[in-house]
Amino acid sequence: MLQLNEIYKVFNEGTPDEKVAIDEISLDVKKGDFITIIGSNGAGKSTLFNIIAGKMFPDMGEVVINGQDVTRLSEYKRARRIGRVFQDPMAGTSPTLTIEENLAIAYSRVKPRTLRPGVTAKRRTFFKEQLETLGLGLEDRLRAKVGLLSGGERQALSLLMATFTKPDLLLLDEHTAALDPSRAALITRLTKEIVEREQLTTIMITHNMQQAVDLGNRILMMDKGQIIFEEEGARKKHLTVSDLLNEFGKMKGTELSDRTLLGG
Amino acid sequence: MWMSIFTSVEVGLMFALMALGVYLSFRILDFPDLTVDGSFVTGAAVAAIMLVNGANPLIAVTAAFAAGFIAGVITGLLHTVGGINPLLSGILMMIALYSINLRIMDAPNVSLLTQTHLFTWIREGIGGTWAIMGVMVAVVLVVKVLLDFFLKTEFGLALRAVGDNHLMITSFSGNIHFYKVFGLGLSNALVALAGALVAQYSGFADVNAGIGMIVIGLASVIIGEAIFGKKTIIRTTLAVIVGAIIYRIIVALALRVEFLETGDLKLITAIIVILALVLPKAIAKQKETMRKRQRRLRLSAQKG
Repeated sequence: MLQLNEIYKVFNEGTPDEKVAIDEISLDVKKGDFITIIGSNGAGKSTLFNIIAGKMFPDMGEVVINGQDVTRLSEYKRARRIGRVFQDPMAGTSPTLTIEENLAIAYSRVKPRTLRPGVTAKRRTFFKEQLETLGLGLEDRLRAKVGLLSGGERQALSLLMATFTKPDLLLLDEHTAALDPSRAALITRLTKEIVEREQLTTIMITHNMQQAVDLGNRILMMDKGQIIFEEEGARKKHLTVSDLLNEFGKMKGTELSDRTLLGG
Repeated sequence: MWMSIFTSVEVGLMFALMALGVYLSFRILDFPDLTVDGSFVTGAAVAAIMLVNGANPLIAVTAAFAAGFIAGVITGLLHTVGGINPLLSGILMMIALYSINLRIMDAPNVSLLTQTHLFTWIREGIGGTWAIMGVMVAVVLVVKVLLDFFLKTEFGLALRAVGDNHLMITSFSGNIHFYKVFGLGLSNALVALAGALVAQYSGFADVNAGIGMIVIGLASVIIGEAIFGKKTIIRTTLAVIVGAIIYRIIVALALRVEFLETGDLKLITAIIVILALVLPKAIAKQKETMRKRQRRLRLSAQKG
């Protein structure tokens, strides 16, 4: 479904601020995979997402989606097949447009936009059905401006908009991080439901280890632009937060034990 | 008095087309586009030169519309492809258009007093005091309805999202560069159309006629929104049209004041815009304070 072949990306190349953001990462995402990615700040998670989504191009390596090389395909063209939800709940919707108009924009993602009305009676029925699955009562507020919704409601709407056209790939970039715990739990539950129901191939970045353990069939841990730990299937299922912390410890441990040795 | 208001409404209807153009760039695309000062004259110049050379008035007006569209597209390309900041792209295009407009007209102004044009057609064809007013109302309404419809199409919704949240529209496969370029084209096409109509109405095209046009457009948009609000697109476009007419009436009335001269027009315009920007906020704040005070009084009365 998605192949990353030896992706390499450097920022500020040739200056004192040079930083290797992605250091030859290869990844084979199979159809139906739900991958969670964890890692500290600056590990390269967001850069990896930006490269998959086409917001930036890699210096070396290639991005292949469904057998097609899209390494240099612009972001908006790739967006026909990739659904995205961002960390900022304000980022995924248009505040001065109504709920139904926002849904119409998401609905016409898959083909060129025409001069036909964006919201039709038939589509409105469909939008209503879709909104009902969120269980937030948004289906009764189709003509409310999205700017009036709460952060949690907007993020739920963003999630629906990103998924209801069944994209080939869904990218979730810490999409519950900016919400309070109960709203975050709601969005996590909805994510799980939607991904399972629509059988979406999904990659999710998170800082929440519990979430990383609970969701998905594969887990990746990133550090300094590399994938340093990977688990899938049955072993992923039995993974616990303390296992992950152990892995984190091991990674820091190399430095730590050196220092301990020197001190000793 | 009544006559000057009547004329203000007629002219206001022509300027309403420009105001709709400014609304499109300033509000919908969130792009403060100063091209307007130039493209208004471009519309006037193209129409005037074609009329002088014996073109059919309808074709002349259509050509003005197209010329404005091209001007807007170039501003859009300067911004999107050239990566120049929005204000600067508009200013550069405005300055460039000044020279281009002079080239088109081959003189600082072109008289249309002896030409057959749209309004001589209307005066002769329909006749009566209300002829021009009636035709202009019809034209403006048609443009308004088309614009309302357009902004609710799949294409139009994406255009609106560009000014609202460009990150979002990119993630839904919208090419923001394309929408910006097209939106600025359409905006300046409407501005040029207004320029072409005003030139025929006043009987001349002048290379300096565009100075301060963007502020007049903004004044119309802001006055209209302040009075009618901006709940829906249909309501806002109507507000912008009425705002343009109200602006003309205010100016006409202001010019009747003894000590004001024609040269004070720009100052008056600036003051109107400032008032329209400041007053609604001040009024809202005052209302809020009153509400709070009354609530306090009620609460303290309850406590006894």
